[in-house]
Amino acid sequence: MQTLTNRSKPVNRKPMTWLEKLYVWNIAKGMAVTFIHIFKRKATISYPEQKRSFSKVFRGLHILNRDEEGRERCTACGLCAVACPAEAITMEAAERQKGEEHLYREEKYAAKYEINMLRCIFCGLCEEACPKDAIYLSQTFAPANYGRAGFIYGKENLLIPNPKEDPEGFNKARGERVMS
Amino acid sequence: MSEQQLFKVTIDNITVEVAPGTTVLEAARMIGGDVTPPAMCFYSKLKGSGGKCRTCLVEVSKGSEKDPRPMPKLMASCRTAVMDGMEVKNITSDRVKDARAGVVEFLLINHPLDCPICDQAGECHLQDLGYEHGKEGTRYEFNRRTFEKHDLGPYIQLHMTRCILCYRCVYVADQLTENRGHGILDRGDHAQIATYIEKALTSDFIGNVIDVCPVGALTDKTFRFKNRVWFTKPVDAHRDCDKCCGEVQLWMRGEEVLRVTARKDQWGEVKESSKGGTGWICNECRFEKKKTADWVVEGPSMVNRHSVISQGHYLGMQQPHETIAKVMGRAPRLLMDIHEVSEVNDPSVDLSAIEGPATGATFKKEKSKS
Repeated sequence: MQTLTNRSKPVNRKPMTWLEKLYVWNIAKGMAVTFIHIFKRKATISYPEQKRSFSKVFRGLHILNRDEEGRERCTACGLCAVACPAEAITMEAAERQKGEEHLYREEKYAAKYEINMLRCIFCGLCEEACPKDAIYLSQTFAPANYGRAGFIYGKENLLIPNPKEDPEGFNKARGERVMS
Repeated sequence: MSEQQLFKVTIDNITVEVAPGTTVLEAARMIGGDVTPPAMCFYSKLKGSGGKCRTCLVEVSKGSEKDPRPMPKLMASCRTAVMDGMEVKNITSDRVKDARAGVVEFLLINHPLDCPICDQAGECHLQDLGYEHGKEGTRYEFNRRTFEKHDLGPYIQLHMTRCILCYRCVYVADQLTENRGHGILDRGDHAQIATYIEKALTSDFIGNVIDVCPVGALTDKTFRFKNRVWFTKPVDAHRDCDKCCGEVQLWMRGEEVLRVTARKDQWGEVKESSKGGTGWICNECRFEKKKTADWVVEGPSMVNRHSVISQGHYLGMQQPHETIAKVMGRAPRLLMDIHEVSEVNDPSVDLSAIEGPATGATFKKEKSKS
């Protein structure tokens, strides 16, 4: 059969010589590869003590963003929930009352906002759908847990610290991914 | 009428025969599809509507058989009657497309960008129009007009900033109710829908202004912020009502009836009832019957599959058989019942039972109870 690439080599079927039958040379070659790796840089780290830095585009746990004045940006428009392919996001909207203007940016806000991290596939479509810059995927991941209940993240887990009260925590939680 | 000859009119190279006196827009609706110009103010069930928004502009390239000169300006198709042999260009004309993009830009000059908050989002005609015919950005650099809040009573929520002054609600009040309580006050940039001295709109059938409003200026206060339309499930239902036809569409979440509206046809207008009368529904049906027991449910409504409302709604869906219970002899033990953990969609919170929009207290109170 004619080959497509002309790069195929015919198989060498000559019987091995006496020296070759000892395999010493080939074993030494193989061991050399192993020993070289002793002096190379390790590819692994000892995880909980050492941590790797995340890529700028890493999509981890969600955060609910606040604006400069510390008001919640989310208006419960439902676009993240409708964009979510895993149907992990649910919310409950409420009307902002008089005296709550410093808490919520718009007339309507999410009284309850939940992400089921068991369902979430961290695709980032919620972030893309959000018209209010309210949801971002941060550079952390969900910690391991023995129970399932610990993976239902409510607003208290997702909201980032208030920039007025805790500017450091706010900046840390926002990380490098938040563009605005 | 029978001996009256029909007029031949060609719209975008498609010819239809229509009765004299028909408008170009109605003739185009007989053809249907992309040929139909969009309409924001024209409402075929309301006498005198149309001619205000200019979104239905078309080019008349041939006036009629007898006078084949083209009309010099683009014509509002909702107010232009057909002539025999008339040739109309809608989507085949670049002039029309350009003018329509301009009209959309004008309509959006003062329209706030609050679709994420607006209850009309998902069934808003201006949203569709902007998406299909508009431009991406705005060139307007000034502040949008604002109004003082005007309360229209317990049923209807007015957002004057969203209004595009189509006058449909004024015609509804004129033609369906015994007295009109609201109208357009002032003129020009200050023109607004108001009741002059603040008062509630309570006359029967006034709830139809909600269905008629092409934008989110008039929305249902009993549905306000309760859910997004595309997460609710539209079903057709009816009840015996001595005031109206009683045929409605329920927007449900689980067993809760969150909203009641009239049934709409493919142009977004209130459908005629199956008994032959008009499809307008009374205030009692719309605002007070928020229980499933009040209604005879006919089945899920047909939703245009290009609409966002159709997302997650499947017709003829077959649930797979659960075999675990059959094999094991008992139902499988769930590792977690979501309602025990989740605070959303709490079965003890009945949103349909509260009058107005939910507040923070609605959910907090229920949380401490459980």
